[in-house]
Amino acid sequence: MNRSLRPLLATTLIFLLAYLLAVTQQPAMLSTRVLGNFLTDNAFLGIAAVGMTFVILSGGIDLSVGAVIGFTTVLIAVLIMWLDLHPLLAFAIALGVATGFGAVMGAAIHYLRVPSFIVTLAGMFLARGGASVLSPDSIGIDHAFYKVIQKSYVLLPGGGRLTVVGMIMLAVFAVAILLAHRTRFGSNVYALGGSETSAALMGVPVARTTIGIYALSGFLAGLSGVVFSLYTSAGYSLNALGVELDAIAAVVIGGTLLTGGYGFVAGTFIGVMLQGLVQTYIVFDGTLSSWWTKIVVGALLFMFILLQRLVFRAGPRRT
Amino acid sequence: MTETGVAGAAPVLEARGIVKIFGQHRALDGVDFAAHGGEVHALLGENGAGKSTLIKILTGAYQPDGGELLLEGAPIHLRDPLQGQGFGIGTVYQEVNLLPNRSVAENLFLGRQPTRFGLIDRRSSEAQAAGLLARYGLEIDVRAELSEYSVAVQQIVAIARAVELSGKVLVLDEPTASLDRNEVLRLFEVVRGLKARGLAIIFITHFLDQVFDLADRVTILRNGRKVATQPLAALNATDVVRMMLGKDVAFDHQGSALAGAAKGAVRVEFRGMGRKGMAPFDLAVHEGEVVRVAGLLGSGRTEVARLMFGVDAAEGGEVLVDGRPVAIRNPAEAVAAGFGFCPEDRKIDGIFGDLSVRENIIIALQAKLGWFKALNRDDQVELAGRYAEALDIRAADHDMPVKLLSGGNQQKVILARWLAIDPTFLILDEPTRGIDVGAHAEIVRTINRLREEGLALFVISSELDEVVAYSNRIVVMRDREMVAELDGQDIAPDAIVQAIAGTQGTRP
Repeated sequence: MNRSLRPLLATTLIFLLAYLLAVTQQPAMLSTRVLGNFLTDNAFLGIAAVGMTFVILSGGIDLSVGAVIGFTTVLIAVLIMWLDLHPLLAFAIALGVATGFGAVMGAAIHYLRVPSFIVTLAGMFLARGGASVLSPDSIGIDHAFYKVIQKSYVLLPGGGRLTVVGMIMLAVFAVAILLAHRTRFGSNVYALGGSETSAALMGVPVARTTIGIYALSGFLAGLSGVVFSLYTSAGYSLNALGVELDAIAAVVIGGTLLTGGYGFVAGTFIGVMLQGLVQTYIVFDGTLSSWWTKIVVGALLFMFILLQRLVFRAGPRRT
Repeated sequence: MTETGVAGAAPVLEARGIVKIFGQHRALDGVDFAAHGGEVHALLGENGAGKSTLIKILTGAYQPDGGELLLEGAPIHLRDPLQGQGFGIGTVYQEVNLLPNRSVAENLFLGRQPTRFGLIDRRSSEAQAAGLLARYGLEIDVRAELSEYSVAVQQIVAIARAVELSGKVLVLDEPTASLDRNEVLRLFEVVRGLKARGLAIIFITHFLDQVFDLADRVTILRNGRKVATQPLAALNATDVVRMMLGKDVAFDHQGSALAGAAKGAVRVEFRGMGRKGMAPFDLAVHEGEVVRVAGLLGSGRTEVARLMFGVDAAEGGEVLVDGRPVAIRNPAEAVAAGFGFCPEDRKIDGIFGDLSVRENIIIALQAKLGWFKALNRDDQVELAGRYAEALDIRAADHDMPVKLLSGGNQQKVILARWLAIDPTFLILDEPTRGIDVGAHAEIVRTINRLREEGLALFVISSELDEVVAYSNRIVVMRDREMVAELDGQDIAPDAIVQAIAGTQGTRP
C-alpha cells in the first residue's frame, strides 16, 4: 500500500471513531442538520485549507491566509457599502486582488530566494495592516443579494440544510482533488515538495509552478474571505485572526507531510471536519470551555506529527 | 593517441579544447573528449583532475570559458542541463535525481504525462511505464513510490527516463557508488543493452575494475589536462593508475629519502579497527615517523582517518597510546588522547572562517582544558604569536578572520591549533591540496620538521612523488582495505602503483 495513504486512513478512522463517540454521548449530533451546519460553519476554513494544502505539498508555508481573508472581507464591505458596487463585482475585484497578492509573494519566494515563511509573514502584516487602513471599524453589509444567498439552501433528507457557502466549499474540494491528482500542475506541486533540485532537472517549470501555488492559495484565501463575508454579513480587519494556523493544523491532521511531497487534498477535508466535530461537540456539551477545541486540536496535531515520523522514517524497501 | 571509434563513425558528442577557469584556477585546460555511438567511454581522474567539471560542461550545467561542444558534428551551446536533455544528452547521477515521493510511472513521465480530456490518464501512463521498464528487465509495480525500491532499481528508472527523453548520449556519473555487486551486474546489463542500441555512453567511476569490465575506451584527466585517450584493450590496471597518479619525473626516483631513518618507540597503535564497509586494520605509528597512505579516490583513505579520530565510531578494535589502551568513541576523546586531525576539506571541516587567527589556534587547547579553565587573553596572544612564528603564518594581525588568509596559511593555522595541544599523534588528510606551489613546499617541510621533533604522523596524500619522498612507511589502500605496507627500501613508485592497481581478479 502507498505509504502516504496511511496517515489519511488514520485520520478517517479517527474521525469516524470520534463521531461515533460524540454520537453516543450526544445522540442529537447524528443528523443531517448537524452535518449541514458543519459544512456551513467550516466553509471558510476548508477553502483556505485547500490552498494551504497545495502550499504545504510543495514544501512551503503560507502565513498570510488569515490576514488575506480579513482584508478581503473589509475590501468587499468597502466596495459594496461605500462604492455601491454589486456584490458579484466586488467579489471579482477582491478575488483578483487576493490572487495577485499571492502571485507576488510566490514570485518573491522564487526569484529572491527568500523562504516562504518570511515572505508570507511579511504578506500577513501587509494584508492585516492594509485592512485596518481601509477601515479600522467593522462595516456591516446590508444588501439584497446577501439576503438571497443566505436564504438559499438545498434541503437534505432529515431536515439538514446545505447552504451556498457549504456548496462552494464542496465544489472547491472537488476541483482541488482533480487539480492535485490529475493535472500536470498538481504533479509539479508534488515534484517541488519531493525535491526542488530534481524537479528542476526533470524539467518542472519551477518559477511558474511556485507562483501558481501561491496565487492559488491567495485566490482561495480570497474566496474564503467572500464566504466569510456572506457568513457574517460584515467586513472587519480583525476577521479570521489565526485562521492560517487552523488551516495548517487541518492540513497536517489530514495526513499531509509538513515538509512537503506527501498528502491528499481529501485528507484536508477530513482534517477540517475533525476540527468542526470537536467544536460542535463542545457546543452540544455546553459545560466545556471553547478553548478545549484548541487543546484537542493541539493533541491531534502532535499525534499526527508523531505518526508521520513513524510512517516515513524507514519505509519497507522492495527489490 | 588513437581515435578510431569502435563504430568507426564520427563522434556523437565531441568537446574540443575545453577550458574552464574558476577564479585563478584552471580547472580544465584545453581538454578534448569524444563520445562515439555504441561505445562506453570511461572518464577517470583523481580528485581535482577536472572530471566533474568536464561532465558538467558536457551536460550543460557549466558553460566553458574556451573551446567548443559539437553534437553530431554541429556546434551547440548549452545553457543548462534541461537544454542538454533536449539536445539528446541525458545524465544519471550518483545520488538519484528523481522524486522519491512519486510513483515510478510518474517519475518516468513527469512533464509529458499522457492526458485524456485535459486530465492525466493515469492508467495509460502506468501501462506505458510498465512496458518501458520491461525493456530494461524490470518488472515492478510502477504505481509504487520510487523510494520503496532499492537504489539500483532507482538508477535503472533514472536511466530509462534519461534515455527516453534524450536518447543520443547517456552520462553515468558514479552510478555504482552505492550499489552492491549484484546490483552493479544488473546495471551493467542495462548499460550493455543501451550500447547495443547505439547510444554513446560516458561512464565516470573510481572503481578501476568496473572500467575494465564495462568500458571500451578510457580518457584519463590529471590536473585539468588530458593525459590520454586509449582503447582499454591495450591497457592494464597498472598503466591506468600510473597515468592517473604519475608525475612522470618521479618514477626514476628510487626509494624514500627517509628510508631507514631512525624512529622511536611505538606511539600509537591501532588493533583490528574497522566498521561496516571498512575492513579491520592494524597499524602502529612510531615516534618521529611519518606513515603515508596511498590509494585512489574512494579507496577508504579518509574513512581510516575518520575512524582513527573517532569521527565515525569504530565497531570493534582497540587503540593504544604509549602502550596504554584508550577509548576513542568521538573526537573529544581523541583530542583528550592527544590526537589532532586536519581534515580534507579545511573550509568545511577545518577552519572557523569568521573567527580570528588567534581564536582558531587556541580552540582545540581550550576545548581540551574545558570551558571552566578559560585561557586569559594574554596567554591566547602569546600562544598564537608563538605558533604563528614557528609555522610562519602570514597574517597582518592575529585578530583578522581566518577566512581572509590564503589556503596555505589557513592550513598552517589548523596545524598550529593541534600543535598547541602538544599532540602525540597528528592525522593530516590531504594537507597540501588546493594551496599554491610555494606554500605546498612549506607544508611539506613543516611536516618533516614535526617528524624530526618526534611527532607521530599519519598523512593522506594523492601526490605520489610526495608520498614516496617523505615517508618512513607507506600503507596502500584499495577497496576500503589496507592491502599492502611498504617499508624502507621497498618504497618505490612502481611498487605503490602495482599495489594500488592490485590484481584484476576483483571484478564485481
